[in-house]
Amino acid sequence: MSTSLVNSALATGSAKRRGKRQEPGFGVTQLLSWALPVALIVFWEIAAQLGWLSSRILPEPLAVFSAAWKLALSGELWTHLGVSTWRAASGFAVGGGLGLLLGLLTGTFRQAEILLDTSLQMIRNIPALALIPLVILWFGIDETAKLFLVSVGVFFPIYLNTFHGIRSVDRGLIEMARSYGLSGWPLYRDVILPGALPSILVGVRFALGLVWVLLIVAETISAQAGIGYMTMNAREFLQTDVVLVGILLYALLGKLADVLARSLEKYWLRWHPAYQ
Amino acid sequence: MRHNNPVENQQVEQAAQAEQCPGVGIVVNAVSKAYGEREVLKTVALDVKPGEFVAIVGRSGCGKSTLLRLIAKLEQASAGEIAFSQGAQTGYAPETRIMFQDSRLLPWKRVLHNVALGLPKSDLPLAAQALRQVGLSERANDWPAVLSGGQRQRVALARALVHEPELLLLDEPLGALDALTRIEMQELIESLWQKNGFTAVLVTHDVQEAIALADRVVLIEDGRITLDQRIELARPRTRGNPEFARLEESILARVLQHPARAPDAPLGDISLHKSVSQVQWAV
Repeated sequence: MSTSLVNSALATGSAKRRGKRQEPGFGVTQLLSWALPVALIVFWEIAAQLGWLSSRILPEPLAVFSAAWKLALSGELWTHLGVSTWRAASGFAVGGGLGLLLGLLTGTFRQAEILLDTSLQMIRNIPALALIPLVILWFGIDETAKLFLVSVGVFFPIYLNTFHGIRSVDRGLIEMARSYGLSGWPLYRDVILPGALPSILVGVRFALGLVWVLLIVAETISAQAGIGYMTMNAREFLQTDVVLVGILLYALLGKLADVLARSLEKYWLRWHPAYQ
Repeated sequence: MRHNNPVENQQVEQAAQAEQCPGVGIVVNAVSKAYGEREVLKTVALDVKPGEFVAIVGRSGCGKSTLLRLIAKLEQASAGEIAFSQGAQTGYAPETRIMFQDSRLLPWKRVLHNVALGLPKSDLPLAAQALRQVGLSERANDWPAVLSGGQRQRVALARALVHEPELLLLDEPLGALDALTRIEMQELIESLWQKNGFTAVLVTHDVQEAIALADRVVLIEDGRITLDQRIELARPRTRGNPEFARLEESILARVLQHPARAPDAPLGDISLHKSVSQVQWAV
């Protein structure tokens, strides 16, 4: 008994020490994770300055930054950024919302699964980008086509993970909740949805990554605004620096979306030992 | 204070008795349960009085948990029926709560809200009170993931008791706990049972636990009740009591009468043999 007390005291003591050591270390890890991109940019700048890289192929980082600065000042950057973000958000909302809804439906009701799942699995195997010719025929080349493409791509990761999440909720917990008088919506709200949430959020992260990929393609087909349009336009005028601004913007936006998804997980799954 | 009217006196006494004993009576009448071809329970009959503490023991797979799940209405009997009575009232659906071997706490709800599961929001103070009863009020705002196994079972017990059940079903709730925590939990369950007066049915593979807690120990073998032993020991029961030891010995001997695999019983130190055989038949 006494040894176990001592052991547990030791364990909590070392846990505390470990916790303390982690806190100042956290900032360092944050810095470290940015070390590689920064070093790459420095090396790139030096290479451009020394003339190893032709500015036709790859302009120096400073030129890219000044191009970004100019675009930002003229307001052009913000228009394109706004248009692209709006497309990503609306496509994500439509596709993700539908995926969530159908996933919940097929996950909860077996009849719905029998009715829908086979068809959905078949459609899933068609690459969204293979639909482009058809999409252009159907919707023309305006916003609807882009919205459709992004939605289709986002739909499946969220649908599949929602379905899987609902199905893998601990049966024991459901049985317990039923025997405690929960049924219908309270059972769904208190047990099934939170149980499926970790899986749904995995789907959200996948989908957020896919949004940008699809958007790039959708915006390069034909558009009057958006980051993809800006990049394609710049290519025609051989403005490599602007092309690079566009590419870097996609990287930044992708990272931003990931940070968003992570913080959602951190908040919603704060009960989960893996997120504490 | 004193009532001179004998009739009124009697009524008051009766009312007090009814107050003391909110437990429900159970009549299990020739119940059978089969899963496909396999018959798990064969015309089992059991009569549990209101407020009684009954322990069901038996080997793994003997059907004891199935009987509990039937009483809990988690499953339907293939034949026969289970009836409940409250006072003169029969055909009654009692307030039943179950404790499972795993605590089955919702990991995404804090301890207090786990206890309050199925209660209206206004009854949160009741949940806090139940948590105090099991001595965990200071953990009310923790996630279940950070609790120890014993603490989780205490939370599960609070969650069951907050509904003031007339029938508490315990499905090996202490099976996964260490020996010390188990004795603590047994004492807690006994005191709460004495205080609240519900009927309790405990399924366990630990004969000692059954004798420590129950008014009656029922043995199920191969889907049939083969022993129904009343335990008359005074509470609280001490395990060192010679009568306790004798009862344990006799029930264990009864259980081991039909060993599935013959152990090399006659050999070795008696005390060692005993401690081994205590668990050997259950695994």
